[in-house]
Amino acid sequence: MVTLKINGITVQAEEGTTIIEAARLAGIDIPSLCYLKDMNCIGSCRVCVVEVKGARSLVASCVYPVSEGLEVWTNTPKVRQSRQTTLELLLSEHHKKCLSCVRSSRCELQKLCKDYGVDEDRFPDTEKLQEIDLSSSYLVRDNNKCIHCMRCTAACKHQSIGVIGPRQRGHNKTIGCAFDIPLQETACVGCGQCVVACPVGALYEKSSIPQVWEAIADPEKKVVFFTAPAVRATLGEEFDLPIGTNVEKKLPGAIRRLGADAVFDMDVTADLTILEEANELVNRIKNNKPLPMFTSCCPGWVKFAEHNFPDLLPNLSTCKSPQQMFGALLKTYYCEKNNIKPENLFVVSVIPCTAKKFEVTREEMIEDVDVALTTRELAQMISGAAVNFNALADEEFDSPFDIASGAGVIFGATGGVMEAALRTAANILDGDFEVVDFEDVRGINGIRSASYNVAGIEIKVAAASGLADARKLCEEVQQGKSPYQFIEIMACPGGCINGGGQPIQKDSTRNTVPIRELRAKALYDEDASLDIRRSHESPVMETIYKEYFGSPNSEKAHKVLHTTYTPRSKF
Amino acid sequence: MDTTYIGETEEQFAQLEEVFEKYKDVPGHLMPVLQEAQGIFGYLPYEVQKRISQALNISISEVYGVATFYSQFSLTPKGKHRISVCLGTACYVKGSDKILQRIEERLGIKNGECTPDRLFSIDSCRCVGACGLAPVVMIDDEVYGKLDVDKIDAVLDKYIAQEESGNDD
Repeated sequence: MVTLKINGITVQAEEGTTIIEAARLAGIDIPSLCYLKDMNCIGSCRVCVVEVKGARSLVASCVYPVSEGLEVWTNTPKVRQSRQTTLELLLSEHHKKCLSCVRSSRCELQKLCKDYGVDEDRFPDTEKLQEIDLSSSYLVRDNNKCIHCMRCTAACKHQSIGVIGPRQRGHNKTIGCAFDIPLQETACVGCGQCVVACPVGALYEKSSIPQVWEAIADPEKKVVFFTAPAVRATLGEEFDLPIGTNVEKKLPGAIRRLGADAVFDMDVTADLTILEEANELVNRIKNNKPLPMFTSCCPGWVKFAEHNFPDLLPNLSTCKSPQQMFGALLKTYYCEKNNIKPENLFVVSVIPCTAKKFEVTREEMIEDVDVALTTRELAQMISGAAVNFNALADEEFDSPFDIASGAGVIFGATGGVMEAALRTAANILDGDFEVVDFEDVRGINGIRSASYNVAGIEIKVAAASGLADARKLCEEVQQGKSPYQFIEIMACPGGCINGGGQPIQKDSTRNTVPIRELRAKALYDEDASLDIRRSHESPVMETIYKEYFGSPNSEKAHKVLHTTYTPRSKF
Repeated sequence: MDTTYIGETEEQFAQLEEVFEKYKDVPGHLMPVLQEAQGIFGYLPYEVQKRISQALNISISEVYGVATFYSQFSLTPKGKHRISVCLGTACYVKGSDKILQRIEERLGIKNGECTPDRLFSIDSCRCVGACGLAPVVMIDDEVYGKLDVDKIDAVLDKYIAQEESGNDD
């Protein structure tokens, strides 16, 4: 530990801590734009500069390590003047179309400009506008708003994808793909971690909101929504509720007020996925089919495997993701049951994810879901419809897709799919197996593994989130060194609760609050409070199989609920 | 940017493989590999950067980022005859911009580009140390000084005629 003084306050910090982190221990939030703890520490934006006694000039507090006796001032006239000028220079290259910007009021640059009283016009705009990359079905890059903080590049590299980076230098520098290749044609998996890392409005999901309003206004269309498990754990943040508030009961009422004809719970098809997937796993183990089996519910991970490990595609579960299963279920079973023509049913999924926006456009299952909205887009619609979200009374989801098990709820957190599948698989193999909590596969970071003995069969499992860890597990399988029978992968670090379509928290919150843990806790708490915690015990599942599919992995189930994969180029 | 494969030879790619082998365990190998690759191919096209990315296990965006950061690297091919037009102060005041413009017109390409037959490429440079001869153009290792638009026409005519007759001298 070293002792230093920040603004005259004595602070103790670990050796190697940077000034910005030490200051946060002392309750001082030094502003920054490029800094993301453990991910992007490059001292490039110069907003976090501070005065250090004895130093020749201002220093970047995000990269300056503390030392014994250090004296730091974070708020002197010199510091404030420097920050103001830096911001004004950034603004000279920033397309200041702030009023309707997707990040307006949640933009880190905007907040700092207000805090430091900058003059937007001090330096005239010099750059002519660049073309916006609209090539992909899920993500937009508007480099006219980019401030070159490199947070997106760091996030992409952190995911071991690296399809974006800086190009050229000086005034000509832009962030994007090599050789100006449109994002759609690269090995981008659509995880959207770049979007949630962006401090400004340079990256955002491709909006599907206009299509939804249009469908709602169309008297011919019956518009049904369903919401993913992780949405309830985060949507409240968009309405200033504390991180980790579970707003499940507010979702149906809010969406009904947008004009939806029905609102369903996607936890139901999470249960359905589990019934199909757990049976597939047991079948693979019993019949010597390719193992380990990888989960297939995360479209970012699926696309990652298609680009980087095409030889492992036979190891992916053939189950569609819960989103696609729900779409397929609605356009078949639900339409038949209610005498609706599938073309008149407009299916909207609400998901925490940008990759799922890509997934709905996949040729293999293009009919299933019409439009996918991110959590942020839903919030924008609720706000745009002037619904007073926080004042809504609790309401329930619509029948017949209203009741789900706790296993369906925890799908939204890393390890949750694995745990949900184990709850059912163990019960298939051994009817007396009563364990419900598989704590070993829980947790937010790193690869978790466990081994369970079920009905005399040893099942070794692993769960990982974040594609860098996924890559490690895949390489093990390729090298024949993988000890596992079942592996769960979620593309986003922490799982869907930290998805690329989730509310964006500013860097100082990301760097100091355990966002992922709090969001995951909302789901695990809900699971623990439920009576039905295993997918196969859900009454909705019983009805669906009785009325439609017969049994899991039946021929009909395969036709509607399973899919195929497409090898893609590594570049 | 054109990313199509435009006919680098197998022999060149074999040389590139040797470079990968040579720098396999050298820390910070991206820069020297890019330099040697440019030596082999004359420039760094998509296919070459792709192979570098694969061999060094560095993402293509990072390879491309380095290749476009340093002006020593070129992403466009160079011609059999490399024309460098000096745009340094002395040459510039003596009208080298008009000479550059003339060369561009004659060859139908812009500064930094290469003719489709790969015979000529144009680059601008800053001072070749022959200010007394301003304005100066270098073609390969040959220096041409005290030029004007007519004179550069004559020089180009000579090279074009030489290529058409198939005489390499």
